[in-house]
Amino acid sequence: MPSYAPSAPASLALPRRHSSYFPVVFSVLFLLTFAGSYRLAQVQPLLLFDAEGRRNIWKFVAGMFPPDLSWSFLSLLGRPILETIQISIMGTVVAVAIGFPLGLLATSSLTFKGILNERELANSRPRVLLRKTSYLLARAALSLFRTIPEFIWAFMFVRAVGLGPFPGVLAIGIAYAGMLGKVYSEMLEHVNPGPLEALQATGASKLAIIVYGLMPQALPNVVSYTLYRWECAVRASAILGFVGAGGIGQQLEISMRMFDFSQVITLVAILFVMVAGVDALSARARRAILGRQRV
Amino acid sequence: MAKTAPQAAHIALPRRQDLLSISNLMILGGFFALMAWSYVGTEFSMRGLLGGESAAQIWTYIKRLYPPDLSQEFLLKTGYWTIETFAMSFLGTILAVVIALALVFLSSRNLMFTGLLFEMEGRRPWVRAFRTGLYLGAKSTLNILRTVPHIVWALILVFAVGLGPFPGMLALGIHTGGVLGRLFGEVVENVETQPIEALQATGATRLQILFYGILPQVLPDFTSYTLYRWEVNIREAVILGYVGAGGLGQQIQIAISLFLEHRLLTLLLALYLIVTVVDYLSASLRNRLL
Repeated sequence: MPSYAPSAPASLALPRRHSSYFPVVFSVLFLLTFAGSYRLAQVQPLLLFDAEGRRNIWKFVAGMFPPDLSWSFLSLLGRPILETIQISIMGTVVAVAIGFPLGLLATSSLTFKGILNERELANSRPRVLLRKTSYLLARAALSLFRTIPEFIWAFMFVRAVGLGPFPGVLAIGIAYAGMLGKVYSEMLEHVNPGPLEALQATGASKLAIIVYGLMPQALPNVVSYTLYRWECAVRASAILGFVGAGGIGQQLEISMRMFDFSQVITLVAILFVMVAGVDALSARARRAILGRQRV
Repeated sequence: MAKTAPQAAHIALPRRQDLLSISNLMILGGFFALMAWSYVGTEFSMRGLLGGESAAQIWTYIKRLYPPDLSQEFLLKTGYWTIETFAMSFLGTILAVVIALALVFLSSRNLMFTGLLFEMEGRRPWVRAFRTGLYLGAKSTLNILRTVPHIVWALILVFAVGLGPFPGMLALGIHTGGVLGRLFGEVVENVETQPIEALQATGATRLQILFYGILPQVLPDFTSYTLYRWEVNIREAVILGYVGAGGLGQQIQIAISLFLEHRLLTLLLALYLIVTVVDYLSASLRNRLL
């Protein structure tokens, strides 16, 4: 995530005028896409304001109050709330376990590019090919994992291994492995190569280079990004229950299907508190980690 | 001016960090305790996963997926659903930008009641109170939009306006509007103050300051956040299909529920394609525009 603290004024130079067709082409394409999408998505803004839509929305809003705070309902929620947190933690652990090795393989500076591999790969074509193939395979796997949303993964895992929190963990694990692996590989590619080369010059093995040269540099960012993803995982695992993958989403779906909106608002409030709490916790941890790095 | 030799940093030995300090060990212990708790709580089974029952089940499921259903009729339909999903994400993102832009300036404290622009306004507390009220209203609206998950928005809207991509697009727009509003707000609250100060010194009105001092600074970040959220939205558009909001998601839901695995694979391939295309478009637009 970029940080925004430019110290210099935005632009001292006068803006250059350069003519190109890009703005025209872009605007035309944009308008065409907009018009096409508008038709295709069957947009009918008036539907929101006609009598029935209004009545439905009103029924919904009126049904939300007062929120259902009865003990019989709240006592149902303790276990799903904990389960949601557990799914997110275990899912993130699985994601790291899958994503980190794949991320290493998908780091070009480790597998086939740059000074680290020059000597090893100098005169052996099969080795180069092998390395490149593993790199491309790792990238393809990561991209497949992260392109399919965790919700769909959960849906399929529920079909494959049955209901419960376990498919939820697998879904988060697979989908987030894709995102983590990609970002890890980007972080590893952008470390300062100096220490790595120094280590190599002393004759250190690849593993030693990774452990003593690469990880100390990349670890703060890696941990911080993993924590950020954990926040997202909490949010995601809260809705995985919709397809039967455990957690608070299951209760949310039941309440929605029964049109019991007073329960829905209680659940959304709980969700809000949970997510805000996790955000605060993770933000603190990340500040501590990244702060220590600067000392 | 302190003169420090630039090499000093490299020559000095790194400060010894005690890796095994009590606090580090406690963090590590707590982490493992959390992990164990989650392992038990989620009925996670390593044995089942590696070579046991679950592995076999997953493998059977994967085998049933192949081959994809490539009949021409189904491919055409898949194409239509794919474009429908794209349309949902596209319009949803535009709606989100509209909502976010409508609320973001009201929800930025440096434009509403504190800081440079309002230094001279200490004597009219009621105006200040009014502005603070507006700020709080806008801020809490954004919070509500953001907090309610998009799938809940979709359920509400399907309930209100019926099935189809329209409620899906609205749900995406409303939820993402809240998210973008917050991201935009952070950008606006962190703008450089020098141009604003300079404009104010020339006697510019607040509206002029907004147009010439603030917007030019924040627009690149706004664009880049919007494109990023578009990438997220194409994935979420698929999820919303689950509650009847049309597009690929709905078909994937049908295919999974009715055990139409060959069709499912085709749909998943289409999903992969459209997500990759949107990621690519967004990345190239970002490079082009910024």
